[in-house]
Order: sequence, then structure tokens, then C-alpha cells
Amino acid sequence: MAAREPAPEHVALLEKLIGALKTRGILTEEQLAAKKAATEKASPETGARMVARAWTDPAFRQRLITDGTAAAEEFGISLAGNPPLGVLEDTAELHHLVVCTLCSCYPRVVLGFPPHWYKSAAYRARAVRDPRGVLAEWGTMIPAGTQIRVVDSTADYRWMVLPVRPEGTEGWSEERLATLLGAEELVGVALPKLAQAKAA
Amino acid sequence: MSPRYAAGSKVVVKNNRPETLMRLHLRTPHYVRGRQGTVLRALGSFPNPEDLAFNRPAPEKMLYHVLFEQQPVWNEGEAGDTLLVELFEHWLEPVEG
Repeated sequence: MAAREPAPEHVALLEKLIGALKTRGILTEEQLAAKKAATEKASPETGARMVARAWTDPAFRQRLITDGTAAAEEFGISLAGNPPLGVLEDTAELHHLVVCTLCSCYPRVVLGFPPHWYKSAAYRARAVRDPRGVLAEWGTMIPAGTQIRVVDSTADYRWMVLPVRPEGTEGWSEERLATLLGAEELVGVALPKLAQAKAA
Repeated sequence: MSPRYAAGSKVVVKNNRPETLMRLHLRTPHYVRGRQGTVLRALGSFPNPEDLAFNRPAPEKMLYHVLFEQQPVWNEGEAGDTLLVELFEHWLEPVEG
């Protein structure tokens, strides 16, 4: 991910910290490399594949809702050393919206780095207080009959939304269904839309 | 460790401000302090982050998903909309009746 060059004093501080952890036997170069590789590899494509599988495989759907961590491990994603993954099932009557008001907790193992807007003070403050207003600004209109449940990721879990499978996707392959899903759909600020699907 | 509160229990979040007394890594948002909610389910036990982040002994505490109605919290919003927050057991008290 493109980012600003880190300040030299921050790099120096980081190197000292890593050195101290290695000296005390708390961290090895191999562990650090493995963690870096896993972090760089994580992207919303993983969460998208999991949701697409849940849309086509009722048994997997049940496992995903019951134990997100185990379901992620079925996809070869190790959550060792990471917080457990919880999955929030949307229905026609209930829409979930994920926010972290206290910081920027985000299900990184299945969605990668959190987007800037997710970490912004404005999103964090407003999503809990005026979810329908925030969603409207994303162009996401939730019908009055559908309740909104804002999930504030305050502690030891990380949460991903399992959206409702859109109508008109009957017979689609898992791969094609996954193209309907990105970070926005998987934290609930947007609903999967057929317009953004790629051709089969 | 077994949860003190079963799913469906009515609880009230303590209206405490321990951050004024000591340094701790609090995971209890201000907007739910003093508010009444309903336990959706127990999420398991985790080392208490209030102490863990400051390298103090951090015994495990039971964590819950607690559901709050939007309107009483903010005095605005749509009826039926809710907030779901992860809260530790030592922040919760039972609501009688």
C-alpha cells in the first residue's frame, strides 16, 4: 500500500524496539517476516471469497456465523496471534454497520488495511449517532422497515458483515459473486450492487 | 470461567470514570455508561485490556455483546435501530425486574 515515507526518527525508534525485543528473545526475524507477509497479503478479496462461499454453501454459512475464526482458517487464513473474527448476518429486517469509536479496530486478516475513512474521527463519531445519515451519504438507502444495528468494535473481537445476497444473482459462480464485495460492503457502509459486478 | 449474565439479561453499564483515577486502557465508550442494555451473548473471556496495555497483571474477564436502543442514548434516531457493543463483565450490573 502506498504511504508517506516514515520520519527517520520513527524508523530509528522502531529499529531500537525490534533490537530490544530480539535481544530478550521475544521476537525473531522469522516471526517478523511472517507477520509482515501475512499483513501485506491480506485484502478484502479474502472476506469477499468467504461471503461468496456462504451465499452458495449453507453449511459453510452456518460455520461462518457460528465461528468466523474457524471459517477463516478453512480459507488458509491463520488467526494465530490475532483477535477472533465474528461475522454479523444481515437479513431483510436487519442491517449491520461496523465502526470502532475508540480507535480503528478492523478485521485486517480478512479485509487488509482499514481505509482512511474508517479511521477518520468523523466516521467514528457519526456512525454510532446517525447511522442512517452516514449511510445516505454513501448512497446506501436502508428501507424504514429494516433495522440498523451499529456494531462498535470496542474490545477483543473483529467484526465482518455477511450481507444479503442480491436478487438477480441466481446461478452465479462463487468467483463472480465475490466481485460484488469489497471493504465497503463487508463493513456495511454499502450494499452489494449488481452494477459493480464483473462479467462472468 | 462461566458468564454471570445469560443471553437476554437486562444490564446497566456502570457510570464510572476510572480514567480520572489511574491510567488504564478503557474499552467502555462514554456513550453507554449509565445506560441500560440487553445481553445478546457472552463472547468468551479475555485478559482485561485496562491492565494488559500497561503491563500490569491482567486476569481474564468475561466479555459480552450488549445491545442498546439508539434513541435513549442519543435522543434521536429511528425507533428499532440499535447499538451493539463489546463490554466486560466488571462494567455491568444486573437490572432488577
